Amino acid sequence: MKPFKTLAVAGTLMAATFLTTVAVDAKTLRWARSQDATTLDPHSGNTGPNHVLAHNIYEPLVIRSFDGKLTGALATSWRVLPTDPTTWEFKLRPNVKFHNGNAFTADDVVFSMKRALMPAADMKSLLVGVTDITKVDDLTVHFKTSGPNPLLVNNLTNLMIMDKEWAEANNAATPQNLREKVENGATRQAVGTGPFQLVTREPDVRTVLRVFPGHWGASEANHGITEIVYRPIPEAATRVAALLSGEIDYLQDVPVQDIARLQTSTGIRVNPGPENRPIFLGMNVGLPELRSSDVKGKNPFADVRVRQAVNTALNREAIQRVTMRGQSTPLGIIATPYINGYTKELDTWPRYDVAAARKLLADAGYPNGFSVTLHCTNDRYVNDEGICQSAVSMLGQIGIRTTLVAQSLRVHFPAIQRGEYDFYLLGWGIPTFDSHYVFNDLYRTKTQSAGTWNGTGLSNATLDAQIDSLNSEIDPAKRNATIAAIWKWIKDNDVYAPIHMQFIAGAMRSEWNIPTDVENTPKMRFLNARGS
Amino acid sequence: MLAFILRRIGQAILVLLTVALISFSLFRFVGDPTQQMTSQDTTLEERLQIRKNLGLDDPVIIQFARFVGNAARFDFGVSYQNRQPVAKLIGDRFPATMELAFASAMFALFAGIPMGVYAGLKPNSWLARVFQTVSLVGISLPTFLIGILLIFIFSVTFGLLPSFGRQGVVNLGFWTTGFLTWEGIRSLILPSITLGLFQMTLIMRLVRSEMMEVLRTDYVKFAKARGLTPRAVNYRHALKNTLIPVITITGLQLGSIIAFAIITETVFQWPGMGLMFLQAVQTVDIPIMSAYLLLVATLFVLINLIVDLLYALVDPRIRLSGKAA
Repeated sequence: MKPFKTLAVAGTLMAATFLTTVAVDAKTLRWARSQDATTLDPHSGNTGPNHVLAHNIYEPLVIRSFDGKLTGALATSWRVLPTDPTTWEFKLRPNVKFHNGNAFTADDVVFSMKRALMPAADMKSLLVGVTDITKVDDLTVHFKTSGPNPLLVNNLTNLMIMDKEWAEANNAATPQNLREKVENGATRQAVGTGPFQLVTREPDVRTVLRVFPGHWGASEANHGITEIVYRPIPEAATRVAALLSGEIDYLQDVPVQDIARLQTSTGIRVNPGPENRPIFLGMNVGLPELRSSDVKGKNPFADVRVRQAVNTALNREAIQRVTMRGQSTPLGIIATPYINGYTKELDTWPRYDVAAARKLLADAGYPNGFSVTLHCTNDRYVNDEGICQSAVSMLGQIGIRTTLVAQSLRVHFPAIQRGEYDFYLLGWGIPTFDSHYVFNDLYRTKTQSAGTWNGTGLSNATLDAQIDSLNSEIDPAKRNATIAAIWKWIKDNDVYAPIHMQFIAGAMRSEWNIPTDVENTPKMRFLNARGS
Repeated sequence: MLAFILRRIGQAILVLLTVALISFSLFRFVGDPTQQMTSQDTTLEERLQIRKNLGLDDPVIIQFARFVGNAARFDFGVSYQNRQPVAKLIGDRFPATMELAFASAMFALFAGIPMGVYAGLKPNSWLARVFQTVSLVGISLPTFLIGILLIFIFSVTFGLLPSFGRQGVVNLGFWTTGFLTWEGIRSLILPSITLGLFQMTLIMRLVRSEMMEVLRTDYVKFAKARGLTPRAVNYRHALKNTLIPVITITGLQLGSIIAFAIITETVFQWPGMGLMFLQAVQTVDIPIMSAYLLLVATLFVLINLIVDLLYALVDPRIRLSGKAA
């Protein structure tokens, strides 16, 4: 009898422990994703995982909601001064408190922006051209730029405001410099004005945030979250298992191969949605002779008909259906419907037609095609290697004998920046939501400060002048006319072969309904728990 | 004895230098670390500046000399990704790996020895056959798959144990431990079984064959003839003599348990050094990678040194030959 009794007691105890892990507070959001933020310092690294955490603790002046719409966060209104096109004025939100009780004023904005401009801050690239930030009064700030800068406000959506007093008192007045061997105060601690405040931070293990009752938007907040437990799980299979076993509520990045399985699992909701990131192939038009081709003495890609043939031979619908299992939208330009300058008329592509593509090749003088090497990533975009494999077989049908080299982004990206490839795959996120961001890095002549990702060798002085004029044109109508003219040139010249806009998917326990953010930076303040 | 230790320490330094040199020359092929430190809109000018600041454009031999010089002073630099001192990052994760390795070694010993003894005593019973089958699985299935299978069975299907993470951790100041809470022990179960399964099957098979060997020896037959109880014969006389090779194997395998923890830690999101190393490889975090490789090499060298010393203690023949040389 006795051992039986002991067993029964042990059994009850064990059952009780298991139950406590299953029954959790419904208001706690247990959130997992593949990568952790490298630091909590909001100005140190300019990467997605860092911004995700920062957006819940800190706030920028302006912010984008799940669908990419720009709204005011710490700023209530903004304009270019009518008297001076080189000055932006921001009116700040009154009665805002930091988590430590300090009041938010213009001093904090000036301090934070100057901090983000320091050499050790990665975020400085978003403030290029800003020469000074000045306080006008407690709730007004002026940004002075070297020339008129119509896009400045678009660049501020990830630039967080820190508390000047806290930062100065906690060894965080400057962003961490790698050469310093001490830890910066802002690396593992954070005091912001955001809707959640930091409770604990264990890098690569877990970060716990609790709702900040003193947040200026608290009375209208509808997210219903009292606590966020954020845990990075790099291993895809473990991540999915943790969601299925109920240990996490929300999985930000679902592996493509698991989407279908999760959609059929009971109690799980999958929300796929487009990411503001076109995927495309680049062709080197600048070389006198391709390095990897059997055609010597001339460069096939320099002939626009060859580039048109590549565009015609790509069966974008098949890539969407088969390679991407429906999780993409085919594109005809390197732009998404979210960005300024995109039109339905531009977003067209030649109908998939092997005969027409063969004819274009023959007209260009390559009736038997040619050989070339296609470089591709295998760890960066959704199914990147699969896309390239499809492209290789499609191009093979028109006689372009393509050799595929798929490797890590850490090898691939520097080679593109150095212009070492003949033919390559690339994806381009557009954080400013404006066409200029596409033109300046992908189409402009490569220099030390522009055309960084233009691996095509394209260099066109007229085009460069048009692109540069966008930097300072403050009249929206004129500016948009120039953007349209540039897109027209791009459509006529086919330097790239756009493929699609990839989808990303979030999966969650069905009591949650978190939409997919177009920047893959979900901001829980915008979550509408009651409306779903 | 002193000459023996000094000679081994000299060899150890040579091994460490070689490991450092080989890993250093490999890092050049992992890719460009600045890709993970910059955003897509960082200009070429800034990228070149970052490379220069990190000293990545210096000749390899100068970078290597700088690294060895710093490492000799226990200065491993600051992680490119986490922007924290590497020594601190490793220190934070060291307890997690050590506890996992310890728990797996204990599992391997305390499950492997009884199973081996039983299989050795009753080789034809059905339970012994089950043990043999389990050991086959442990030897042949890769760690990664075992981990995923365990997660699928015990976490997803039955919801009995946590599928990832190290929970219920108590901070003792110099060490963090999961042994003090029920929650912490629960989260240790699946990872330590996954990590220890291979060692367990090794020990089980070793004990089984040793046991069968020893049971045939004259002194066991003599003990039986003296009319000792089977219990005394099997455990006091037979088992004791099978344990010498088991201790050797366990000692030598401890190093590989720590090194193989990389895969188990990744599958279970166990916040140890192996997981950190794998993440460092993915982000080309050279300071972490080099420090970790040196640490693992040091551990291996140390364990081997201790095992050699123990041999010398246990077996006088080794000591004698050492003296003669």
